[in-house]
Amino acid sequence: MGTSADISGNQSRNQEEQGLAFEMVTFQSDQPLRLDSGEDLYPVVQAYNTYGSLNAAKSNAVLVCHALTLDQHAANVHPATGKEGWWQGMIGPGRPIDTDRFFVICPNVVGGCQGTTGPESLNPETGKPYGLNFPVITIADMVRAQVQLIDHLGIEKLFCVAGGSMGGMQTLEWASTYPDRVFSAIPIATAARHSAQNIAFHEVGRQAVQADPEWHDGAYYEHGTRPRKGLAVARMAAHITYMSEGSLFQKFDRNLQDGDEFTYGFGPDFQIESYLRHQGSTFVDRFDANSYLYITRAMDYFDLAAGHGDSLANAFKGTETRFCVVSFTSDWHYPTTYNKQIVHALNAVAANVSFVEIESDKGHDAFLLDEPEMFSTLRGFIDSAAERRGLA
Amino acid sequence: MALKPLDNRRDLSIIADLVEPSSRVLDVGCGEGELLEILATKRNVDGRGVELSQEGVNACVTRGLSVIQGDADQDLGDYPKDAFDYVILSKTIQATRNPGAVLRQMRRIGRHVIVSFPNFGHWKIRVQLGLLGRMPETATLSDKWYETPNIHLCTVKDFVALCDELDLEVVQGLMLSGGTVRQASNPGFFDNLLAEEAVFLLKRR
Repeated sequence: MGTSADISGNQSRNQEEQGLAFEMVTFQSDQPLRLDSGEDLYPVVQAYNTYGSLNAAKSNAVLVCHALTLDQHAANVHPATGKEGWWQGMIGPGRPIDTDRFFVICPNVVGGCQGTTGPESLNPETGKPYGLNFPVITIADMVRAQVQLIDHLGIEKLFCVAGGSMGGMQTLEWASTYPDRVFSAIPIATAARHSAQNIAFHEVGRQAVQADPEWHDGAYYEHGTRPRKGLAVARMAAHITYMSEGSLFQKFDRNLQDGDEFTYGFGPDFQIESYLRHQGSTFVDRFDANSYLYITRAMDYFDLAAGHGDSLANAFKGTETRFCVVSFTSDWHYPTTYNKQIVHALNAVAANVSFVEIESDKGHDAFLLDEPEMFSTLRGFIDSAAERRGLA
Repeated sequence: MALKPLDNRRDLSIIADLVEPSSRVLDVGCGEGELLEILATKRNVDGRGVELSQEGVNACVTRGLSVIQGDADQDLGDYPKDAFDYVILSKTIQATRNPGAVLRQMRRIGRHVIVSFPNFGHWKIRVQLGLLGRMPETATLSDKWYETPNIHLCTVKDFVALCDELDLEVVQGLMLSGGTVRQASNPGFFDNLLAEEAVFLLKRR
């Protein structure tokens, strides 16, 4: 893939955050990105953050892949929301992904809206935001862009690729398509193919966005509006799938928002309603509605076995990558059965695979939360892989 | 599932000695990874494990071992033929639903098969059952009959007969009693009477 990369990148900031130095960087390849759809996308800017430092042998790089609505701010305070990084518990000095030992790279995916080229970006042909003229992208396209970035950084083989949910899909895609470039892989709470149920929830979200009159067939940028209501409803529906019935019961049960009587109206009587409305309304401030359409589409199209004669095992044939698959007991969005399909396929090619199911009542979101057992098992896996890689 | 108590596992070091250094090993029913750790540190083995209990699996992975949650009865079919140099079933066969099918799978995926099990033909067991008329309870089989996970107990003789049926050749048979280990590749009456536990190294005939 030897992209002789053109560094238009700049280091826009360098902060100390809880002792963790990080850099926010952008990179633009001089090569177009060839997409699964057959189209070429150019230019592609990728915004990525790094933590820790790359060793001389360039053998200590960890690529962290983010989920649907997350971004490159994995372990630093988000510059827009002021919230701490989404994987702050996992990445940092002395953390399982130990920035004293590893160089962590977290790029915003293609199609995203946090600095990487996506539907919100200017279309060079029209000088206006792409909107629906942005080509449909896939998980493989996201990974292809990341390959350009990793090439640009001069890294031949990543020590580890890790991610949950859609990040897990990218991880699987990396391990399957670039096995020689991935020493170890940690797909978490994910699936090798998007199920009908997953697609169904995504379609509800997309329909909600498209039903909003402010969406303007995706050209809302030019109308100076945003489909706020539609995107908020999409987020509310999706958010339910990230939690578990148990956690909803514990957190909200049927508790009322104000007082102890119904209002006999359609305001947010119940705490859960108020919570979901809040989730929806804060989401639209930080996320582009068209990005939501494109990225959910990419996930729906994901089926790793499809490109390998419908055999998932074939997708990993001959792999020497060390895998650690993680699932959570209360995750019904990407349940243990989906993750075990990955494990079965890896066993079928006698791959080196570990699989842990973490007991948690937090649902799909557990991978983002403080789950001590996830941290301790991943620490064990990463340390042992580091030893084999000569990084101990 | 591994037998309790776990501290009574002298079969593990004996098994480790049967494994060629730097080979590929699958430990079925690996518990918390004691054997895999011995094999990794002492024999430089590329080891994998399958364990039924999720707590056991998580403990193994935390120790840096490659282990998945799975079931000897159900999950061995996933692995390709000849995937391993050794497939080990240490004190687990008696807790499987279908020992014959498990052994057949092990024979397929491993060039060698190592099995250890408590010998139900040991004289103390025979005495308890034959003379006292009670289900035996011994140091190696300490559970009450109504609590035990061991649903397919067998004697050394039974096991050798099954191996014969499955075209598995006994390369080595090791009879454990007290602190002693005796070689018996073709175990006879007294081996079956005196061995508390047995370890067999097998290969396809």
